Amino acid sequence: MMRFFRVVKEALASIFGNKTRSFLTVLGIVIGVGSVIGMLSIGAGAQDSILGSIESIGTNTIFVMPGELGEVTNAKALTISDVDALSNRMRAPHILRVSPMVMSQTNVSSGENSLTTTFFGSYAEYADISGIDLAEGSFFNQTDIDSRSAAVVIGPDLAEELFGRRSGVVGNEVRINNSPYRVIGVTKAKGGTQFNNPDMQGYMPITTMQMRIVRQSIPNSVSYIIIQAQDSASIPLAIEEAQQILRESHRLSARQENDFTLTNQEDVANIAGQVTGILTVLLSGIAGISLLVGGIGIMNIMLVTVTERTSEIGLRKALGARKMDIMIQFLTESGLLSLIGGILGIGLGWAFSFLIGNYAANSGVPLVPVVQTETVLLATLFSTLVGLFFGWYPAQKAANMEPVEALRHE
Amino acid sequence: MENPVIQIRNMTKVFHLGGGNDVHALRGVSLDIYPGEMVAIMGPSGSGKSTLMNMIGCLDSPTSGEYHLDGLQVSSLVDDELAMARNQKIGFIFQKYNLLPRANAIENVELPMRYSENTDDMTGRAKEMLKLVGLEERMNHKPNELSGGQQQRVAVARALVNHPAIILADEPTGNLDSVAGQEVMDLLLKLNREKGTTIVIVTHDPGVASQAQRIIRLFDGKIVEGGLE
Repeated sequence: MMRFFRVVKEALASIFGNKTRSFLTVLGIVIGVGSVIGMLSIGAGAQDSILGSIESIGTNTIFVMPGELGEVTNAKALTISDVDALSNRMRAPHILRVSPMVMSQTNVSSGENSLTTTFFGSYAEYADISGIDLAEGSFFNQTDIDSRSAAVVIGPDLAEELFGRRSGVVGNEVRINNSPYRVIGVTKAKGGTQFNNPDMQGYMPITTMQMRIVRQSIPNSVSYIIIQAQDSASIPLAIEEAQQILRESHRLSARQENDFTLTNQEDVANIAGQVTGILTVLLSGIAGISLLVGGIGIMNIMLVTVTERTSEIGLRKALGARKMDIMIQFLTESGLLSLIGGILGIGLGWAFSFLIGNYAANSGVPLVPVVQTETVLLATLFSTLVGLFFGWYPAQKAANMEPVEALRHE
Repeated sequence: MENPVIQIRNMTKVFHLGGGNDVHALRGVSLDIYPGEMVAIMGPSGSGKSTLMNMIGCLDSPTSGEYHLDGLQVSSLVDDELAMARNQKIGFIFQKYNLLPRANAIENVELPMRYSENTDDMTGRAKEMLKLVGLEERMNHKPNELSGGQQQRVAVARALVNHPAIILADEPTGNLDSVAGQEVMDLLLKLNREKGTTIVIVTHDPGVASQAQRIIRLFDGKIVEGGLE
């Protein structure tokens, strides 16, 4: 133990004896580890954020999209009669709620403020399916659906854009396609990505939407249907029931493929998880290459060091150092070099992900990079291994020197 | 009479330079050196004296022949055993002192102990040796803060610290002026006289060699004076 401590002390003395060179040597490792940590933390943050916004769609939900997956061209539109069929509790006991959805990019304005955003037309059940909570006012109800009332529920970000405030807007009027609508509710902030921000969206009765906003080529057609299963265990059964019902209502023969696609939220979450996982691996793989290059830098400098210190190696051998002693001495040095680089790199990666987090927060992207403990440990371990791996050859070279020749070296 | 501490019989060393060029550096050398002796090995360059020194110092293995060092049959040892033999049996002194530039005098003297079994109180033992060579005032100095003569005395202390069977000095005064050189020689003579340390000096300087009790002269890979038959 004392012996090891002395070897480490000596290696540190050698590393700090030539600070500039040591710093330049570890720079590659610093950048390598820094970018791996940065990428992994951003990847973890992105995963959290995406999974969060998928969960915000609602729990135990199943989407029905028109068309077979990948073959949208000859899709048969989904209609309100599909929704009615799916709502039959006798035929679909595992389905809790169903809502048709019509989506439209529309222009919405209030006074001088005008913008284009996504409005959803749905049933009143959609609030429960999707877990929409209201900060103020209320969601539209069956009466609003039946009477096609010109009422909208808007997200807090949208309220901010239109009225310059996030609350106290219920009862105000907005204009959509130049027709007046009354704001009856504002949703609670959910957060989301720039491309899918529920806080910037609005909701209205589907009947209102169909009558006043969307021009339909097929009567009563809907963009998609959202189904909520009784609970997570009944999702597969609910999917089975929905498939049966839709095949019948679309009059598909046994040989025909589905002309619709059923996707449950869990699948989407899994796919998104896989995608972000692949992205993370890809990004950190690229970052890992810089770690490799850093390791080669260490090998390069260690080879120079070994050559420079040939006569020292000769002396140590003359004084009784065995091959293993010399080997350990140089491996300790390269291992410590890259360990120091790794520690600096963790700092750099941390700073990097902190900056990215700040930048994301400033530009409204809800991405919070997560530096995980295991990532830090892994990076430390890996960088040390890189040092040992790339230090092996120079150390071997030093250990195998013939003492007579090494001593003769100038 | 005591057994010789160094016993070499019919030692040869051939260097294969490639292309069929063989250099016969040693052509059958036999010699005995007894405990407490101070012996000088002389010879012109190319005579094989450096090769002989490397053999005595266990730095290299002979092509043929026998070498016993303090009861150890050196010719049969492998690398790590040779390292151990160097560590325990031999104290090296080099022409250029070969001190570690970043380490102070104590740490330099500690170096051979680090590669030995006994690592107790290395600092204390190093200090003791530095006192013996008269450097107690400069123990914390680094080599570049010491004169050439002082550096060579640090090297002498380093050579003594593991209590080796012999001190093997390679041109110990070669880099020193005559005064500093004589100081180092006086130190070696004193060690030999007072402590009975066996000392082998390889030199081409007749002034140095003349202070030894015996001179072994080499020429063309053979001993021409001071060896056995």
